Order: sequence, then C-alpha cells, then structure tokens
Amino acid sequence: MNFDLAEEQKMLAEQARGLLGKQSSPDRLRELIDAGAEWDEPLWASLSELGFPGARIPEEYGGLGLGDLDLGVISEEVGRAVAAVPFYASIVCAADAIQRFGSDEQKEAWLPRLACGEVVGTLAHAEGRQGWWPKSSSVSCRAGKLSGVKTPVGDAGIASLAVVYCAYEGKPALALVELDGETVERRKLDGFDQLRAHYALTFKDTPASLLEASVGDEDGLRTLTDRMSVQASFEAVGGAEACVYMARDYAMDRQIFGRSLASYQAIKHKLADILVATEFARSNAFFAGWASDNAPAELAVAAAAVRLSAINAYEQAARENLQVHGGIGYTFEADCHFHYRRERTLAITLGPRQYWADRLVTHVPGKQMETA
Amino acid sequence: MDFNDTPEEAEFRAEVKAWLAKHAPGHELPPGATLDDADEVARGKAWQRELYDGGYAGILLSKSLGGRGGTIVEAVVFDEEEKKYNLPKGPYIGIGLGMALPVIGKHGTDEQIKKFVEPTLKGELTWCQLFSEPAAGSDLAAVRTRAVKEGDAYVVNGQKVWSSWAHHSDWGILVVRTDPKAVKHKGLTFFVVDMKSPGIEIRPIRQISGASDFNETFLSDVRIPEGDRIGAEGEGWACCMTVLMGERLNQGEEGRIEALMQYAADTPMEGATALDDPAVRLSLATAYAEERAAKYFQARLRTMVSRGENPGALAAMMKLTYASRLQQTSGLAMEIRGMDALAPHEDVIPTRQLWHDYIWSTALRIAGGADEVLRNQISERVLGMPGEMRADKGVPFDELK
Repeated sequence: MNFDLAEEQKMLAEQARGLLGKQSSPDRLRELIDAGAEWDEPLWASLSELGFPGARIPEEYGGLGLGDLDLGVISEEVGRAVAAVPFYASIVCAADAIQRFGSDEQKEAWLPRLACGEVVGTLAHAEGRQGWWPKSSSVSCRAGKLSGVKTPVGDAGIASLAVVYCAYEGKPALALVELDGETVERRKLDGFDQLRAHYALTFKDTPASLLEASVGDEDGLRTLTDRMSVQASFEAVGGAEACVYMARDYAMDRQIFGRSLASYQAIKHKLADILVATEFARSNAFFAGWASDNAPAELAVAAAAVRLSAINAYEQAARENLQVHGGIGYTFEADCHFHYRRERTLAITLGPRQYWADRLVTHVPGKQMETA
Repeated sequence: MDFNDTPEEAEFRAEVKAWLAKHAPGHELPPGATLDDADEVARGKAWQRELYDGGYAGILLSKSLGGRGGTIVEAVVFDEEEKKYNLPKGPYIGIGLGMALPVIGKHGTDEQIKKFVEPTLKGELTWCQLFSEPAAGSDLAAVRTRAVKEGDAYVVNGQKVWSSWAHHSDWGILVVRTDPKAVKHKGLTFFVVDMKSPGIEIRPIRQISGASDFNETFLSDVRIPEGDRIGAEGEGWACCMTVLMGERLNQGEEGRIEALMQYAADTPMEGATALDDPAVRLSLATAYAEERAAKYFQARLRTMVSRGENPGALAAMMKLTYASRLQQTSGLAMEIRGMDALAPHEDVIPTRQLWHDYIWSTALRIAGGADEVLRNQISERVLGMPGEMRADKGVPFDELK
C-alpha cells in the first residue's frame, strides 16, 4: 500500500504549476476577459509543447500514454489557475470519447491531432433545459447526417471537432462532427463563466461519423461521464486549494481592529474547515484516479463520491474566499471572482448532485447493518 | 500510488488471517450482548495475552521494548483483519498500549520500562488516564492537582475527571503540578500511579448515555514513590504531548454509512423505501463520500508515517470529521426512520445503535481535542495562521486569575 503520488506525478504537477503560474496569472486572466478573448491561445501552445494535451492519449496515437491519475494532477493545476484553455473539453471529454468508442480509423484521424494540441475538440451533450445528458437526445443521426441543437457547449468556438451525444435508430450514441462546415451554426452565448465560452450548436444535415461502439452502450456512456467526473473533480480540488490559500494570504496581510484578520477564530475555523473539505476531496480524487486505471469495477462509486466531495469543497472555498476578502473581493481587481464563477461551471457541467447521489447509492456494494 | 498490498504485505496479511482464524473465534463476544464490566475486562485481558503469545501485541513498539518492531502498514493490516472479529478491545487495554507504553518507552528509565512494558503487553496490567480536571479540559496545562515532594515520595492532592474505566484499572498515567511558581506548562510533572494506593477514591460519573464508564478520581494525600515519576520534574507537558500524539492517528470507522443506507432501505416510505427518497439519498451519499474520503485521507497519513514524516496537525482532520459525521448521520438516520426511532420494538438493535451513536458523538466531539481546539491546530499548524491571544502567557501559574 502506498497512497501518495509517484515522484514522476509530483514532477508533472510541478511542471504544470510552474508554467500555469507564469503564463496564466490573475492579471493575464483579467486581460483575456477585457479583450473578450475566447481562450488563451499562447498558453495552449505552451502546454502543447510540453505534451500535456497528449498525456493520457496512447503513444501509438502520438500521446504520452500516461494514466488517469497523471491526467488528474494536470487537471488540478488547470483548476488552480482557472486557465482559459480547452483541456477539459478537448482532452478529458472529446479525446477520451474517441479513444473509448472510436474505430481505428477515427482514432488515427483525430487522436494525434488532439494530442499535439493542433485540433481542439469538445463534447456536446447538454440540450438546454432538457438537461446535461437527456435520456433520449433530440439530436438525431441518420445516414451519416446530424440534425438538431446542442446547447450550451463549452469551448465550441475554438473547437473544430465535436463529439455529439445524439440518438441513432432510437439508441443513445456519439457521433463525430467537424464544426467548420457550413451546415453547422455556432452561436456564442452570453455566458456566466467569463473564461470558458459556451455556444449553441445547430446542426442541419451536418456530415457526421458515428462512434460505432457507443451505439446503445448506456453503461459505457456513463463510464465516460464517470471519467469526466474524476478529472473535473481534480480541477475543483485545485481551485478549492487556490481559494484557501488566497484567503489565508489576504487575511494574514490585513489588519483589523488592531490585529491581523487571520488571528480571528471566525476566519481561522472557517478556513480550517475548508482545508479539511479540500484535503478530503483530494483523497477521494486520488482513489478515483487510481481506480479509473486499476479497479474499473469501483469507478462508479469512486467517481460519484469524488464528485460530491469536490463540489462541496470548491463551493465553500470559492464563496468564503470572497467573503474573507470583504469589499475588495467584490471588485474585478481582486482574484476571487475567477473561482466564484468557475466553481459554478464545474458544479453544474456534469449534472446535478442528485444524479451522482443516485449513481453512488445504486452502486454501493453490500450493506452491513442487520435488517431492522 | 498503489492501493493493493505489496507481495510482502500480502504475505503478512495471509499470516495474520491464518493466525486470527485459529485464535480469534474463541475470544469473540456474543453479538448484541451487554457484559458486566468485570467480565469485559477479564475477556479483554485474555485476548491481549493471546496477542502477546502470538507475537502481535504492540506491533509498532520497538523490539528493544519488547514489541514486534513492525511497520505502520503491518499495524494497519493487522487492525483491518482483527476488526473482522467481534473482540474485546476496551480502553482499559488501549490506554496502556497507545498512551502509557509510548510515554514510558520514550521518557521512562530502564527500570520503569522493565517493570511496566511486558506486563502491559501481556494484558496483565490495565491503565487509565488521569489528565483532565474540572477546570482543565481543552486547557490541560491548567491542572491544579498538586504534588509535593516529601522525602523519597510525592504527596498528591486534587481531583481528576473523565478517567475511563478507572474502576477497573491497575495503574494510571497522571499529570500534576509540582511548581506553581512556574508558568503553567512548565510546572507540570508526569507520574504513573498504582490505582490501589491509599487515598485514591473513584466515583463513577452518571453520563447522559445512562452508563458510567467515566469516573471522577479524587486523590487525597496519595503517596507516589519517586521511582514512579516519568521523566524529570517539569517535563510533564512534553510527556503529555507524547501521549496525545498517539491518540489522534487512529480515528474513524468504515461501513457505517453503508449500514445507514440499509437502515433507510428497511424503512418504508410512500410505497417505496426511504432510500428511494431523493433528499435521503443525497444526504447519505454525501456522508458516504466523506467517510470514503476519510479512509483515503488516513491512508495518505499512514503513507507519510511509513516514510518517517510527521503528519502533525493533519491528523486532527480525522477526528474532527469523524465525530461530527457520527452525530449528523445518526441524527439523520433517526429522522429517516421517523417516530418509530423514538421508541422502537424491543428487538430493533440498529435503532438502539443509533441512539448510542447520537449520544456518544457528543463526547467524541469534546474528548481528545474538542472541535474548536482541532480547528485552531489546523489553521495554526497547517495553514500557518496566528495563534490565539493568550492571557496566561509568561505568567506564573499561581498569579493567574
């Protein structure tokens, strides 16, 4: 038993943190928002140079062939920096879907380009008020053509490829669609998260290629979302930890009623609780990342557990970080708002807590108390 | 990261399993039975003796002290396997192994080690803890019980409280004030005391649970030979720290929330069961996520310890969350069951277990580091935030208000 990251994983995290700390500072984030930028393209280029997008993609398709836990430590750093890059959409979601359900030709066509960052992909699953992953999709795939509306879709403005959750012969399925053609209408939405743009995608007889293995594989699709949950949770853990230390640093500097704000128990105990929530979420994330690679039978429960604990941690952390800052936290010049908004994105993108509670309860093995 | 046993760990586990299969069943307690205290202590001693004879008493204790000199992982493996049996493992054994032995091993003389370690490992000596006082709980260094040197003995007067199982303990670990002129942490001295000494009076405390496993212990002119002092005069606080370090690493329990899910599933609700209710599901799933997190967090701490790193105040997180989770979830489960949880049929054991948990959780949130003390420790020692403003700093004990 060894329950810590390997040295290589720690180095990977350090490398990612170093790069993101340098290139994705809060001032840089403000600059991107002011410029109305869709993303931080130079940062994506730097991450790609170091091979991060290809971390989990097999070597035969141009990636590094690393595991879920390795990808997790990168996700955590992306979350810590609230980086405006499509790591989640392109790598965690789209590339994984292709890797798991694509044919050899589809993998050869797309994975190497996703791995090197040249192509950005996204996964279009939500359908407005019908929910994040409707039981039966209103987008249909027939004879190689896709029609219908997906909304909102993260990072769809910079993506040239979308994996679309749709219905094929009445069954749930995923299809690959190139977004640059004329049969796709991309409409940018006025979104809540200023560093991750969302779009409405309208397909009208858009050429699409089915990911054949996905057709009717409801369990497989749920496993895909489990895997997405693990990575989004790592991202949330990174964000939560950033908030704890941001609040701590601010409180240490700030004097109030003749002493440090950090010396008040109201502040100390609040941050202690959030640190506990964050460390606990990280512990679940470690296990989920490990199980994803090594114990697939345990993934459903592990993914649900980490989802619930990571959302709770980041939610408290983002809210209370701003609160500890007081009035300054309400200004654009302070850094709290990046997390305050991103936390909602991470909390909501993968469906409601209730979905994960259901998934957890239905997959928990043997119950131990004697029948009452 | 690898959550599986290494080949060596697997080998040790197989060895432990085989040993337990042979020796544990004869010591198991009948399920649901309440034993009288004396009987329970006798059984606890017998099991400890069995462990000693098998070479499993004091797995973490060094070989030179008569322990196994094993690794933290071996201790964890043994614990996991031992928990599969319903064995008598009361505080009268745990305080000796987890508190008295570490402090005697670290601060005691060779003679003291010789006198106490082996009999304790064998289960021949049981121990209680005489630390807290009516006016010294979280602020332990405020103890007022006095020891005055007279010849080759100390004469002790005062009152201790919350001494678990003192009425069935052979010896106690005791911290008292020897120098009231010193600032309060510095005037303390540590002793072991024979609980049969003249002048010791033990009165059971009537607890809110209805039981009386805690006591008040009155010490009136109790003579403790100098040879039973542990460490030097004034080293009492350092000894206490050694004791309390051991107290925090082993908190938590697995499988409780699964059991509560079953409890909810056994509760009818609107044509289905309470476990089908979305609000119940969300509450229990969230608690389950926290319980799992605690398990993996503990695994992280153990990995640190196995490398010789000190997790320090991180360990406080285990106890802080466990006590609150126990209170919240047992309270929740009673709500889930509804009025029937207030007065169930006599043979409904799980509901009575919930009552026990709900009541006991209050003690757990206070004992061995109250929630508030632990939050201070985490914020100060992990996050590096300022310590509390202290009115007692640098002031001699006898000048404090």
